[in-house]
Amino acid sequence: MKTLATLALGAALAAGPAMADLTFPSLSYRTGPYAANGIPFADGYADYFTLLNERDGGIGGEMANVLECETAYDTERGVECYEATKGEGALVYQPLSTGITYQLIPRASADGIPIHSMGYGRTSAANGSIFEWVFNYPANYWDGASVIINYLLQENEGSLEGRKIVLLYHNSAYGREPIRTLETLAEMHGFELVQLAVDHPGQEQGNQWLQIRRERPDFVIMWGWGVMNQVAVQEAANINFPMNNFYGVWWSGAEPDVLPAGAGADGYRSLNMNALGDLPVLDDIRQYVVDAGLAAGDGTNVGSVLYVRGMYAAMLAAEAARNAQEISGETNITPAMMRDGMESLVITEERMEELGMGGVGPAFEVTCENHGGPGLALIQEWDAEAQVWVTLTDFIAPDDSVIDPLIEEDSAAYAAENNIEPRCNES
Amino acid sequence: MPDQLLFAMEVSLNGLMTGIMYALVALGFVLIYKASGIFNYSQGVMALFAAMTLVGIQEGRVPFSHLINSIFGTHITEFGFEVPALLAILLTVAVMIAFALFVQKFVFRHLVGQEPIILFMATIGLAYFLEGVSDLMWGSEIRQLDVGLPQGINGAIDNATFEALGYGFFIDNLDISAAIIAAILVAVLIAFAQYTKQGRAMRAVADDHQAALSVGISLNYVWILVWSLAGIVALVAGVMWGSKSGVQFSLSLIALKALPVLMLGGFTSIPGAIIGGLIIGMGEALFEFVVSSNDLFGAWFGFTFSATENWFAYVLALAFLVFRPQGLFGERIIERV
Amino acid sequence: MFYREAGDYKTSYAQDNQTFPIAFDRYRYYFVVAVGFALLPFVMTDYLANAILLPFLIYAIAAIGLNILVGYCGQVSLGTGGFMAVGAYTSYKLMTAFPWMDMVSVTLLSGLMTAIVGMAFGLPSLRIKGFYLAVATLAAQFFLVWLFNRVPWFFNYSASGQISAPERSMFGWAITGPAANPSVKYLFCLLFVFVLAWLARNLTRGSIGRQWMSIRDMDIAAEIIGVNPLRAKLSAFAVSSFYVGIAGSLFFTVYLGAVEVGASFGIQKSFLVLFMIIIGGLGSIFGSFAGAAFMVLLPVALTRIFADGFGWDTALARHIEFVIVGGLIMFFLIVEPHGLARLWALAKEKLRLWPFPY
Repeated sequence: MKTLATLALGAALAAGPAMADLTFPSLSYRTGPYAANGIPFADGYADYFTLLNERDGGIGGEMANVLECETAYDTERGVECYEATKGEGALVYQPLSTGITYQLIPRASADGIPIHSMGYGRTSAANGSIFEWVFNYPANYWDGASVIINYLLQENEGSLEGRKIVLLYHNSAYGREPIRTLETLAEMHGFELVQLAVDHPGQEQGNQWLQIRRERPDFVIMWGWGVMNQVAVQEAANINFPMNNFYGVWWSGAEPDVLPAGAGADGYRSLNMNALGDLPVLDDIRQYVVDAGLAAGDGTNVGSVLYVRGMYAAMLAAEAARNAQEISGETNITPAMMRDGMESLVITEERMEELGMGGVGPAFEVTCENHGGPGLALIQEWDAEAQVWVTLTDFIAPDDSVIDPLIEEDSAAYAAENNIEPRCNES
Repeated sequence: MPDQLLFAMEVSLNGLMTGIMYALVALGFVLIYKASGIFNYSQGVMALFAAMTLVGIQEGRVPFSHLINSIFGTHITEFGFEVPALLAILLTVAVMIAFALFVQKFVFRHLVGQEPIILFMATIGLAYFLEGVSDLMWGSEIRQLDVGLPQGINGAIDNATFEALGYGFFIDNLDISAAIIAAILVAVLIAFAQYTKQGRAMRAVADDHQAALSVGISLNYVWILVWSLAGIVALVAGVMWGSKSGVQFSLSLIALKALPVLMLGGFTSIPGAIIGGLIIGMGEALFEFVVSSNDLFGAWFGFTFSATENWFAYVLALAFLVFRPQGLFGERIIERV
Repeated sequence: MFYREAGDYKTSYAQDNQTFPIAFDRYRYYFVVAVGFALLPFVMTDYLANAILLPFLIYAIAAIGLNILVGYCGQVSLGTGGFMAVGAYTSYKLMTAFPWMDMVSVTLLSGLMTAIVGMAFGLPSLRIKGFYLAVATLAAQFFLVWLFNRVPWFFNYSASGQISAPERSMFGWAITGPAANPSVKYLFCLLFVFVLAWLARNLTRGSIGRQWMSIRDMDIAAEIIGVNPLRAKLSAFAVSSFYVGIAGSLFFTVYLGAVEVGASFGIQKSFLVLFMIIIGGLGSIFGSFAGAAFMVLLPVALTRIFADGFGWDTALARHIEFVIVGGLIMFFLIVEPHGLARLWALAKEKLRLWPFPY
């Protein structure tokens, strides 16, 4: 009985609307413990496509259709969302969670649908010769760790010899990502690396910060997520740690992370892979999307760090789709064409200017071997009085001589485990 | 290693302070369990809900605005005025009392006489329900809570210890206020239970439902009363934790930190909750300090042996329980066939 | 009319004791099994398998396991997530250390390993009872998750700590990995479900099951009439953990393929499985299935109704889902504390006399 009912319901559920337009699923998380970070990103992603539809009549004449599916950052729901949306002509997945990305890499590779994990997910997916369907441009975690160290080097006359750096990380796959890179860099530059783990969810970090207070490190680098960010910034302020020496990764550097700490957060720095500021495209979004009542959210997030990042991700997807249309000569592209479009994506300064978001990201090219982009990131600083993130630097390059062997090693291990032959040998 | 000793002292002191924060959450559990035998898992979500409501009222947000906007296509979010903190607190207390009425009328009145485990499950259901309502009412963004509590290192203690011991101890002002507030709260609760008519009724019900009923005490009334009190305790806990991290979903997880405290202190004792909190707070801080410090213990393992806070509290409580199965201050379990 | 005993004569003790004493019920059961094994694999789609049937089957195993402990033996456990993690990580270690091992052995050995761990964590149950025990099992939950997260040996020193299942096949059919056919994965799980449910049903009505139930109803009284509480409680923990471990193993190898312990086997999982058996019915094998189906299908159905049907945004749908799930749990407990299984039994009673109830 029940099995039958299950079957009937399943069939009813599986039969969704027919394929139409260019479909961009958005596996968002507007609820759950990380909702505060998920909402602006999802808004930015959806709003940009709405803008393209409203202002330009879609991409190359085809309307873009954003299929939003709520994952609450939960892996199983992510899989459900993937299975539910993949039949509807999904062009590219933005899984928005490292856990879900790991889930989807084998599935999507088997199904032939590209994944774009922008600044998260499996770092070694940057090796395009192994990971045919996975892209993580413009930067990954290992780049991020290296960029912070490069910036510190630059600030300290090129030497971190004898300095002490604490890595405060979320005790999960995500938080552990930078450890290997930082260990290698520590050896190279002669600084001491102290690793402090914070267990999920990270509500209490009293012990960790007492230890930081005792150790008196020169710098603290944080790989935090969710409530851990807010508490860490607050605790750093509590022990009067110089906030200018406190650096977060790009997922620890948005408005909700620092606002609860109030004035104490002033001077906290973080990485970002997209520049902020008065981008003309934001005015367009306000005009065509928010004022027209088509915004995904209530419009208050427009221009915030994660909103711009979501919009940037949408822009990269839209540009790749456009590129794919040019290559294939068809407007209604397939996921495979989309993949080709992503693999030969070229983002130039001029193009970003044209789109009304000049300098939002670095100019870069994706190649068959390199799905990871140039790995550039910039440093921003929080101004608590004005409640804005101020961009401090230009895009800084990571130390590829350290990252590339690590990527090589990890992707080779994946290839060996899964019997994958490296591609890209024809040139 | 005098240095390590000093550090250990500092860590223990901070652990004690954290323990008080745990005890604040645990108090709400004890109140309800004592009076009605319900192990209220939703206490953590109540703290979240109370804190969200407080911030929402303070900032003058429109409750359920998201839902209303979706149904009617409107765009309202705020009333456009701000409510002073004190008035907002009073209004939140009123909301928590309304919640107590609701819970009693629609849920637990229908579950009188059920097995404890069924009641426990019902509170898990309640926790889900309230979480959804909280999100619907106020949204799931992080809210900044400001009721004027001081935060940051306490300079006086820092200086005094620096002069006396050569190392300035770190004590957070927020923790000190939490300790004071917890002390006041416990004093008020005990005074209420000892010297008021309602308090005596509450204790009578806790002792024996049937006997209380037979001398004319309304069970319904007492249960609404304890749920309201638990709501107020939840508000206090929510404010203290929310001042630290902003008011957000993760607040609901603090219930998990209160459970070992309850196991240790016993489900039925208010002083037990406080002392259990202190033991747990200090125990886990010291354990983390010892095992993660490379000089003491950490070097024995090939990997960093840290972030133990989540489980150590439970193991510690478990170890106590094996010797005293009813917790340190719990009522003796007498079993008859 | 449907569930009539009339004319259904039992001529032997064995017949009298069978699980489905009513002929109609028995045929219905054969029918469900036949549909499950012979029909469903041929109409399988990716969505049906990966989003509905696989989680349903796997959660059903976990729910049966937990039901043995909670529903039959009366020992409330909140450590299910941690025990599932033991199963998953054992599978991972076995699969990577012994690549030649077939999946059935891997799964069974994972179950065995979990049973051993479960027994160790079951020891305090001899002294601690009720809520105290429930909270004590949380120690297992948090400790195990921390262990798998923290000790690099468990995830083979990989950079991220994620574990992923390599491809393994049996009789030329891939069972794990992305290339596996959904029908094969489904059949593999169904086979385990079928055997384990059959085993559980017969365990619970045999001597050991009666011991469990006497412990549940009153442990002191049970001890007085000669039930050894050590053996009864520990065997319940062992059998329950065996089931949960197998569920965890299948969850990782067949269903998800890659997991991270904190995200997949956290405390929410323990609560989820507990909800399944409460809603389905404590102390009932059928209840475990019903509860698992309910908790797997409900969120999917609600999302479809609110997000696709009403066109509301997904967050709102999810918030309402929380309200509905919470409300339903309370509603069930108020109206029918014994869950869906009891409702089903009542419906059968009614159907027996229908349409002439007098």
